[in-house]
Amino acid sequence: MIKFLLKGILRDKSKSLIPVCVISLGVFITVFMSGFVDGVLSEMISSNANLDTGHLKVMTKPYNENKDQLPNDLALLEIDLLIESLESEYPNLEWVPRIKFGGILDVPDVNGETIIQGPGIGLGLSILGEDKGEIERLSIQKSIVRGLMPENPNEILLSEVFSKKLKINPGDEVTFFGSTMEGSMVFESFVMSGTVMFGNPVLDRSTFIVDLKKTQMILDMENGSSELLAYFKTDFYDDKTALKIESNFNKKYLKSEDEFAPIILSLRNQNDLGATLDLVDSFSFIFISIFVIAMSLVLWNTGLIGGLRRYQEFGIRLALGESKKHVYSLLIVESIIIGFIGSTFGTGLGFILCYYMQETGIDISEALTNSVVIIPSVLKAKVSSNLLYLGYIPGLISIVFGTALAGRGIFKRNTSKLFKELEV
Amino acid sequence: MNKIKYIYSFFLISSLLLGQSKNSSDEALRIIKLVDDNMISETQIIESKMIVYGKRKSRTIRSKGFSSGEFKNFTEYLSPEREKGTKMLKLEDRLWIYSPTTDRIIQISGHLLRQSVMGSDLSYEDMMEERKLSLIYNCNIIGSEVLDSRDTWKIELTAKNDDVSYFRRIIWIDKLRYVPLRSDLFAKSGQLLKTTTFSDVKKLGKRWYPTKMNYKDVLKSGKGTDFIILNIDFDKKIPDNYFSKSSLKK
Repeated sequence: MIKFLLKGILRDKSKSLIPVCVISLGVFITVFMSGFVDGVLSEMISSNANLDTGHLKVMTKPYNENKDQLPNDLALLEIDLLIESLESEYPNLEWVPRIKFGGILDVPDVNGETIIQGPGIGLGLSILGEDKGEIERLSIQKSIVRGLMPENPNEILLSEVFSKKLKINPGDEVTFFGSTMEGSMVFESFVMSGTVMFGNPVLDRSTFIVDLKKTQMILDMENGSSELLAYFKTDFYDDKTALKIESNFNKKYLKSEDEFAPIILSLRNQNDLGATLDLVDSFSFIFISIFVIAMSLVLWNTGLIGGLRRYQEFGIRLALGESKKHVYSLLIVESIIIGFIGSTFGTGLGFILCYYMQETGIDISEALTNSVVIIPSVLKAKVSSNLLYLGYIPGLISIVFGTALAGRGIFKRNTSKLFKELEV
Repeated sequence: MNKIKYIYSFFLISSLLLGQSKNSSDEALRIIKLVDDNMISETQIIESKMIVYGKRKSRTIRSKGFSSGEFKNFTEYLSPEREKGTKMLKLEDRLWIYSPTTDRIIQISGHLLRQSVMGSDLSYEDMMEERKLSLIYNCNIIGSEVLDSRDTWKIELTAKNDDVSYFRRIIWIDKLRYVPLRSDLFAKSGQLLKTTTFSDVKKLGKRWYPTKMNYKDVLKSGKGTDFIILNIDFDKKIPDNYFSKSSLKK
């Protein structure tokens, strides 16, 4: 039967061409948009997690309230003990201390006097130890544009944009001028070993990376850190578990009288990422719903036109004794075959374009020059196995639904009038 | 006839008000000039300590400062160990800081001058501001108040030009000793930025001088920063080489 229907579809192009084109186009748009939006949102979440929020983040309560000012006088202290207790309580998480600090980078001339200077944001990260977790998490090695990774505590990395602003090259000396955790002045000379491009305008503007231990030393923050970031060992953010940890941990310190008691925040509750997470979960459903409705309307219309064109064919089939139900069900099977063909074309095209956009992306860095939120500067699609079947859902549902609506006319045909109609 | 009466009354009241306002600003200017005479001298050598009240602990920083006129100032930090040997030189509107640990001289300029000095509630601009108030502000008496059992004039100062750290100040002046007891500092937008409280007013030679000041940045939480004068010499000759960049590395 399928073979018979397939022959009919292939031989009578007028039966299938428009529906296949409509479905291909709709499925193509659904697959591509799903892959693109999924890519952008996933990248946004993972950028935020890796660069700023972690999957969970521990800070002191007052630090959290003033975190935009980078108030290291309110930082976490005795982090060794804190990490030890957190590791035993939450063994599925990896805990990473980081220090964010502000200051001026000043470039000296041969006499040690200022040539040029600029305000920068320092990131104290574990980049010299045996654990290469932070280097991999922030893709530092891969992001090096000029020079090399620091090999000793007196070497730092600058963002490529910042280094160009300061007109310095790898090997040049630069002095950090800032203040310690308690507010004392800090002057520390470093050698810039290399430059990095984070691909994120917020960080690319004026960031420099110093080894964590060296940062703790110059800022008088021994065994302290601004933030403790936690990452699930699976590398994937688990919203439910994170929220549960957040609730349990914060409950313990709710009535603490310690002014500097720690607080934990899940990724969802930082940088307004909750809405993004919800969108990631629901956008496929939204896209599919929109395209099923839109394509069903188009295909209903196409089916009605087809029904009119095949009015005589249905009449003959009914006159020959085929039941209305049988004609209707074959029409539905026919639509499933057409839907399958259209969905395959559309999914294939969408998949190819997604792959292309995954490799190249759209560079929006110029539009984000003054951005203060962490958004990837190159918007890329994400190819996943989900896309392969994602297109078939709207493709098949819409044509079956459209045909089912259009085909209702078969049941309105009056058998006694068939021969009279056929004479006409 | 009635109309003429009204017009005459209007001009009479206006001229009285204008006259009163002129008298008020003349009187305010006279007071502020007397305050300037008390607070500003040809040269000053000050030994002081600054107590910065931090969230977790407080720090005391001792320094010795030399100033000449409005535009020259040299400060050397004496303790604690971390700050010892750090020097600052201000010439006109430029500021250099010398760090003995790196043997570097760093120039601070532009908006960086608004940064806090050593975590205190004072900015570099605050430290550098030594111009006479009577020269850079228009003055007006806006009331009289009793402050810490002292009768004071409450005077509003509005900047003549934009090149000042604070566009508007309200300052409470001791009516007998012509020293400020409190000063509220505002931005051009009207936002209150800092309050300064002056206390421990002492007679030093011919002048009255507050030897303790508390600076409070209202945008920060905490108790502010105390600036306590341990010793002060007025109009003592200071060699010119103190105010040269070469003095920083000595």
